[in-house]
Amino acid sequence: MTQTNEPAPQTGTGGLSEPTDGAATDPFLVVEDLTVKFPTADGLVQAVTGLSYSVEQGKTLGIVGESGSGKSVSSLAVMGLHDAKRTQMSGSIRVGGKEVLGLANDKMRRIRGREVAMIFQDPLTALHPFYKVGAQISEAYRAHHDVSKSVARTKAIEMLDRVGIPQARTRVDDYPHQFSGGMRQRAMIAMALVNDPSLVIADEPTTALDVTVQAQILDLLQELQKDFNSAIIIITHDLGVVAEMADDVMVMYAGRAVEFGSTRQILTHPEMPYTWGLLSSVPDVTADPEARLIPIKGNPPSLLKPPTGCAFHPRCPHMDKVPGNLCKTTLPELTPGEHGEGHVKRCHLPDPSAIYVQEILPEIAPDLVEMTINDQFPQKTGTGLVGDSPSDDALPKER
Amino acid sequence: MTESEVAQQSAEQPTPGIVPAANRTVSSGRRAILSVTDLKKYFPVKSSGLIRRTVGYVQAVDGVSFEVAEGSALGLVGESGCGKSTTGRLITRLYDPTSGSMMFEGKDLAKLSAKAMTPMRKEIQMIFQDPYSSLNPRHTVGTIVGTPLRVHKVVPEKQVLTRVRELLEVVGLNPEHYNRYPNEFSGGQRQRIGIARALALQPKLLVADEPVSALDVSIQAQVVNLLRDVQNEFNIAFLFIAHDLAVVRHFCPEIAVMYLGKIVEIGERESVYNHAHHPYTQALLSASPDVKQAAIGGRRERIRLEGDVPSPINPPSGCRFRTRCWLAQDICAKQEPPLLQIGKTHKVACHFAAELGNHPAKPITAPLLGTDDQGNHAPGSSPVEFSTNPGYDETWFDLKTKTFGNR
Repeated sequence: MTQTNEPAPQTGTGGLSEPTDGAATDPFLVVEDLTVKFPTADGLVQAVTGLSYSVEQGKTLGIVGESGSGKSVSSLAVMGLHDAKRTQMSGSIRVGGKEVLGLANDKMRRIRGREVAMIFQDPLTALHPFYKVGAQISEAYRAHHDVSKSVARTKAIEMLDRVGIPQARTRVDDYPHQFSGGMRQRAMIAMALVNDPSLVIADEPTTALDVTVQAQILDLLQELQKDFNSAIIIITHDLGVVAEMADDVMVMYAGRAVEFGSTRQILTHPEMPYTWGLLSSVPDVTADPEARLIPIKGNPPSLLKPPTGCAFHPRCPHMDKVPGNLCKTTLPELTPGEHGEGHVKRCHLPDPSAIYVQEILPEIAPDLVEMTINDQFPQKTGTGLVGDSPSDDALPKER
Repeated sequence: MTESEVAQQSAEQPTPGIVPAANRTVSSGRRAILSVTDLKKYFPVKSSGLIRRTVGYVQAVDGVSFEVAEGSALGLVGESGCGKSTTGRLITRLYDPTSGSMMFEGKDLAKLSAKAMTPMRKEIQMIFQDPYSSLNPRHTVGTIVGTPLRVHKVVPEKQVLTRVRELLEVVGLNPEHYNRYPNEFSGGQRQRIGIARALALQPKLLVADEPVSALDVSIQAQVVNLLRDVQNEFNIAFLFIAHDLAVVRHFCPEIAVMYLGKIVEIGERESVYNHAHHPYTQALLSASPDVKQAAIGGRRERIRLEGDVPSPINPPSGCRFRTRCWLAQDICAKQEPPLLQIGKTHKVACHFAAELGNHPAKPITAPLLGTDDQGNHAPGSSPVEFSTNPGYDETWFDLKTKTFGNR
């Protein structure tokens, strides 16, 4: 990896460049001030605005947001998959030190699939129905390696075997429709990893799958990440998936990052009302079933004409705590959070931690209030058997 | 009460006696509004070629029994292909059942003719998963919501519009938007239109087939809350079909877990979620990602199920889950586990039923089925007769003492 002349992180976005242990490894992917706009018949859609983040080798970044928050658009930009004629892009995307934004198509093609690969949401539409699974994987391999068909085929079999397809030697000649949903997603992962990419972007990789299969695929991704030491960006709307997979989380709303931090920071000390809304609107399997869900009122805004000031203000229940009309008039900068380095949020609220502990947490998880105030959570143990983790006792039990 | 007429080619299935639903109560002490007994739906699989012979059957739903209490909610969970949506469509008679009975208000929905079914459709309505394809894009919201009113002539033509506006208001839409088309609404709003249409006839039972899974997270909560409000306001019973265990747990006091056309575990929320006795339920629960657990550090060990759900055309013999089950022994291939009541409001179909980590080494069902521990028929022992009651019996099989009784 070449050393880049990386500009000093600007104030406000500094946290998104992960300064914590930057000395050890240089971030493989650096996105700076990325803006993506689509001109349409109705006007200019501001899909992504001023987005900056970075991902290191071997780490996983989770991007969370609703449909239309710009999470997929920003990662398609990293892959160089936007049609340059129909898209206005500005900013900088550096992959392994190379600037890829605005790169000519033939040059981009050398990076795409080789250094950055993508796993799509729906494996049935992402795989070509007309070609054998093995042929599609070997094609991806031969696009970047000058090898014979038989060598590529051997590689395809090896990859299928690696991702846990039984009888890979015979299944390599199957068509996608002969695979089950989980197997198709495995084949997609095999195709993405066949060139040993340094960055894998997984766009809702398990949304189309059943929960037991989802668990298999998430385990597989984590396992493969250990083996290949690749960076992973996992795009999802499911906070549960992020909680289990990601090292860092970026919450997006209306095309901007609204909160960024380590998974722990985001899940235990969220400081942005939108993140609170996401956390409290999902029921979880331990919460009081009779409690009402607390939804976020209203609908996601139109990106043709995003709200002024903070884009979340029309839906935000905490606007009255901000003096004046600040939320409506001024876009909040990304400012450091109160719990540890690297945590930033885009919000005017003066004392978000207090509001979270006093108003939000008692509603969604009263048992966690104490722990949150003292910031004493059990250390993440990775895996533990049901019942032997100390936190299990802390969770509400219904007799 | 008449014997259930078994339709078509299913002579090998025993015909269960129908117990009048009105006389019994369900867990909550409320009257059962819907009582489903041994419901089956087999879809024929045709050969290709000129003469399309039937070469097999997809056993989409294979003998499910359950009850839904008045004003309550039963959640049907399971993975894709387990038959939960087919069950919903059978109850609304969008499909005709192969056999079994569905008692609703003293009538067997399974046997009603299309004509006799018409008035019943007022009582049972459906909410569909995809709010994009379940609304006609060329009809206005007013037409969509007003159609059931016109078809069933519930209100005079002049009052249809007034009623439509009332309904739109109930589901939280602007009543003045009756003149708009579905494409002018967001996903969450469209789902509200679907709910307004379902409410138009003031049904007693709503079959909600994955009503929130197509919606954004922040919108899901709005719709779940709305469903709960209409349930409380109009005293509607719900059959709530979903794959999201957390949403089902939130909405339904009673839950049935389906696997490959059969109910493997059914019971009150508390029993199923906190004391799951079937390995499949345990695997499902362990696989669903839990935000709070992960946030505070203690991640639950996932039970990793190998492989996929087998084909319902040729399901595994005995217990259908055995091919993916880590407990499976010989008996699981030979004997189908009965849906055994193991608590006041808890039934489970497993030879080794117990809470996670306490599964017995020997099948608990062997003495009941009159077999040895390997599932071979044991001479001299006779099988116990199992209750076909879709609800819960007064007595049940106690797992500790291994006897029937009630404590």
